[in-house]
Amino acid sequence: MEVTINLNGTPETHEVEPRLLLVHFIREKAGLRGTHWGCDTSNCGTCVVWLDGKPVKSCTVLAAMADGRSVRTVEGLEQGGQLDPVQEGFMECHGLQCGFCTPGMLMTARALLDDNPDPTETEIREAISGQLCRCTGYENIVRSVRWAAEKEQGGPVTESETPAEVTA
Amino acid sequence: MTTVEERPHTGFGRTLRKEDVRLVRGKGNYVDDVRLPGMLHGALLRSPYAHAKINSIDTSAAEAHPKVLAVITGETLKGLGLAWMPTLSYDVQAVLATDKVRYQGQEVAFVIAEDHYSARDAVELIEVDYEPLPVVADAKKAMDADAPVIRDDKEGQTNNHIFDWESGDQAETDAVFANAEVVVAEDILYPRVHPAPLETCGSVADMDPVTGKLTLYTTSQAPHAHRTVYALVAGLPEHKIRVIAPDIGGGFGNKVGIYPGYVMSIVGSIVTGKPVKWVEDRAEHLMSTAFARDYHMRGEIAATKDGKILGLRVKVLADHGAFNATAQPTKFPAGFFHVFTGSYDLQAAHCTVTGVYTNKAPGGVAYACSFRITEAVYLVERMVDVLAYELKADPAELRMKNLIQPEQFPYTTKTGWEYDSGDYPKALQLAMDMAGYDELRKEQAEKRERGELMGIGVAFFTEAVGAGPRKHMDILGLGMADGAELRIHPTGKAVLRISVKTQGQGHETTFAQIVGNELGLPTADIDVVHGDTDQTPFGLGTYGSRSTPVSGAATALVARKIRDKARIVASAMLEVSPDDLEWEGNRWQVKGDPEQGKTIQEIAMAAHSSLELPEGVEGHLDATTVYNPPNLTYPFGAYICVVDVDKGTGGVKVRRFIAVDDCGVRINPMIVEGQVHGGLADGVGMALMQVIAFDEEGNHLGASFMDYLLPTSLECPSWELGETVTPSPHHPIGAKGVGESATVGSPCAVVNAVLDAIKPYGVRHADMPLTPAAVWGAMNGRPIRTDLAIP
Repeated sequence: MEVTINLNGTPETHEVEPRLLLVHFIREKAGLRGTHWGCDTSNCGTCVVWLDGKPVKSCTVLAAMADGRSVRTVEGLEQGGQLDPVQEGFMECHGLQCGFCTPGMLMTARALLDDNPDPTETEIREAISGQLCRCTGYENIVRSVRWAAEKEQGGPVTESETPAEVTA
Repeated sequence: MTTVEERPHTGFGRTLRKEDVRLVRGKGNYVDDVRLPGMLHGALLRSPYAHAKINSIDTSAAEAHPKVLAVITGETLKGLGLAWMPTLSYDVQAVLATDKVRYQGQEVAFVIAEDHYSARDAVELIEVDYEPLPVVADAKKAMDADAPVIRDDKEGQTNNHIFDWESGDQAETDAVFANAEVVVAEDILYPRVHPAPLETCGSVADMDPVTGKLTLYTTSQAPHAHRTVYALVAGLPEHKIRVIAPDIGGGFGNKVGIYPGYVMSIVGSIVTGKPVKWVEDRAEHLMSTAFARDYHMRGEIAATKDGKILGLRVKVLADHGAFNATAQPTKFPAGFFHVFTGSYDLQAAHCTVTGVYTNKAPGGVAYACSFRITEAVYLVERMVDVLAYELKADPAELRMKNLIQPEQFPYTTKTGWEYDSGDYPKALQLAMDMAGYDELRKEQAEKRERGELMGIGVAFFTEAVGAGPRKHMDILGLGMADGAELRIHPTGKAVLRISVKTQGQGHETTFAQIVGNELGLPTADIDVVHGDTDQTPFGLGTYGSRSTPVSGAATALVARKIRDKARIVASAMLEVSPDDLEWEGNRWQVKGDPEQGKTIQEIAMAAHSSLELPEGVEGHLDATTVYNPPNLTYPFGAYICVVDVDKGTGGVKVRRFIAVDDCGVRINPMIVEGQVHGGLADGVGMALMQVIAFDEEGNHLGASFMDYLLPTSLECPSWELGETVTPSPHHPIGAKGVGESATVGSPCAVVNAVLDAIKPYGVRHADMPLTPAAVWGAMNGRPIRTDLAIP
């Protein structure tokens, strides 16, 4: 069957098997490999993308179900060469180590801040509780999301010690 | 451009990670992201039985699948001499089963198809006629007279025994125990767990039929060791093998060994003449790749009535699964378990370890354990609490009374380790101060009055990392020294090549900082190349917290070689004697005349120029080194955990976790803290929820993340970290390594806290994981065996 998905603002049309998972459509058909696959059972959340503006686990959505709809992935966060504040926050606060869960975490974080621009630590922990990170013990992910919230609120953010090479 | 810093970063301290630039954009390159022209996809058929004879395999339906190119079985491999491969512990493991399957999930056949979905479809079309055999699921029954012999493939193997090993002085220890006022014994299980990195294992093999060169993209923590093993397995010339470990989505020891799937992708590429990708799914990963622990320990502790610990005696039954594939230095079949004397000044200690085969997946040394130190620390820290329980002593005070004192370093333990440096009481006191220990005890007493269950758990650990000195340590005969190579280009930009491989630790950043610190170069000007055997010098890889202690040392020393050579070049440039020069920041300058000097960048250009150099001095500014560590390094720490236990359900809430770590000099404190955070979450997971259990037929009961529970953001508290810094005296920059400290130290703090909470119920010990059911069972006098689902 033919499926057309608006992926980060660009229509992607491909002939697919009806059973093809959205995560595989994104990775294999559209060639965007920032969205990862980790568990098959909807537990790990490394495959989280937005479907019509809401975070979903793309290993549990068929590509066919996303036909005619909009999907946003980690590659769609950076706008006009400018990183999204959640991406900056993860860099500033060491919110990632191996980076495998990061794309899913970033998408959930962006959705949270759009919905709740000033979340508490508990609200952040609730928001990411459907996703696993094996490296960070979550502490710095929480801090990263808070950093992004504060930046977007125009509040105080931690002083960057970013060396010159850590730039786009 | 997001940020620009005025002062270039040149040394130790918090600096953001180079890796993150790609990773936050979704531009990492993990194995499953590798796409090669004409690439095919492989999938494995795995055994549904834990132990069964294979009567026949019918692959005809799979071969008839229109998108299938080849189906490979053990019989095919046998013809090629590839059915078995060596393990890292001098055993062999079936690549694809020929005679029998020996654990559930074992590899039986490999399908190569045009796409991943078709490969998986075709796997389902293979018919195998199995004849189920009796199963050994319980290590304690492995040596029973009527136990089936699992490894009947091995000549002369008549039972399930693998090895006996001991450490310490038995007679001396027995004498101490015979005369001790107090002796307490406890059976302690460290159940089987799985590291479960979020990225499963996989590889893409690309055998060039023209040049005969194999390129293997693979999830490897040890690319150089892997290359050598592939040369041994497949008989391929080692120079025709290039192992590339691209970005790795977490390793934790799981990606040290070689799995049949990797080998099959290579075989598949040889057979088809095209690149073959194999990436396992989560169930395959949890069922078949390297597990950790599975140590059944009986500990005995001897002490005086007033709490002076005299000795420790331990007997271990080690479940190694169906193939002995633990990854550890050859001389140490129980890893570094003999560091079980912990952080205490003892009169005597002795341990015996017996390894056995069972019908479970192979592995054993994985999951940030520093070669079994996790088990050792858990044992000793549990035993100290057991003693405290019997003596009605405060566990923190009891530890303080027995810790090795700062003036005793270097300290040689009763099992032969030479601890390099430490100030243990200072770390414990800091943790107690941060926790507000006395206040917590008061609060606990008040809560107990009200019938509420609150627990405070203390654990102290000493790690032994940075394996290791070549004369003691090798894996498969490969000595554990690491190379490093540093080139300074004419314009003063540097490329460092190292053998270790990040799986999230941030090597690209910290190793650049080490060079920056030595040469005064901005870290922005230093590129770190790793994870490619064609591009980097030999070394044994990243595990056992060895990257900083071994390759970090190599990096500092190779940079110092550059500095020494730069001095000669500078002396030629300035027309002075090298002896008249002194190093300042990033330049050699004339003593007493600092205006006269040359920066490292100026020197680099001159070294590549036509400048006349002294006789025997080669041009350019390059150096290589191999670092052979003189000793291990010994990080340590004091952890305190506070929990609340629900009396009605046995549910545990970790309220606080205070962690004081001393890993010597911290290169990048931000990264060190991140490493500790992750390990603390592991401790909460292992103590409270993670276990790979089996039923009596050997069925694996944790084959998905619905069954194998990992801690989420809700189970983890906000970590409270503290630090002391005791540099390693023998490491060039005084660093000790920290990657596994928290995983080693934290499980026992959580367990001790839970058991402290339920002490009013007369519970002295209960095994991990302390799930609500396990806690409730312990409180109600019905302890459960957590590793077996046997009614």
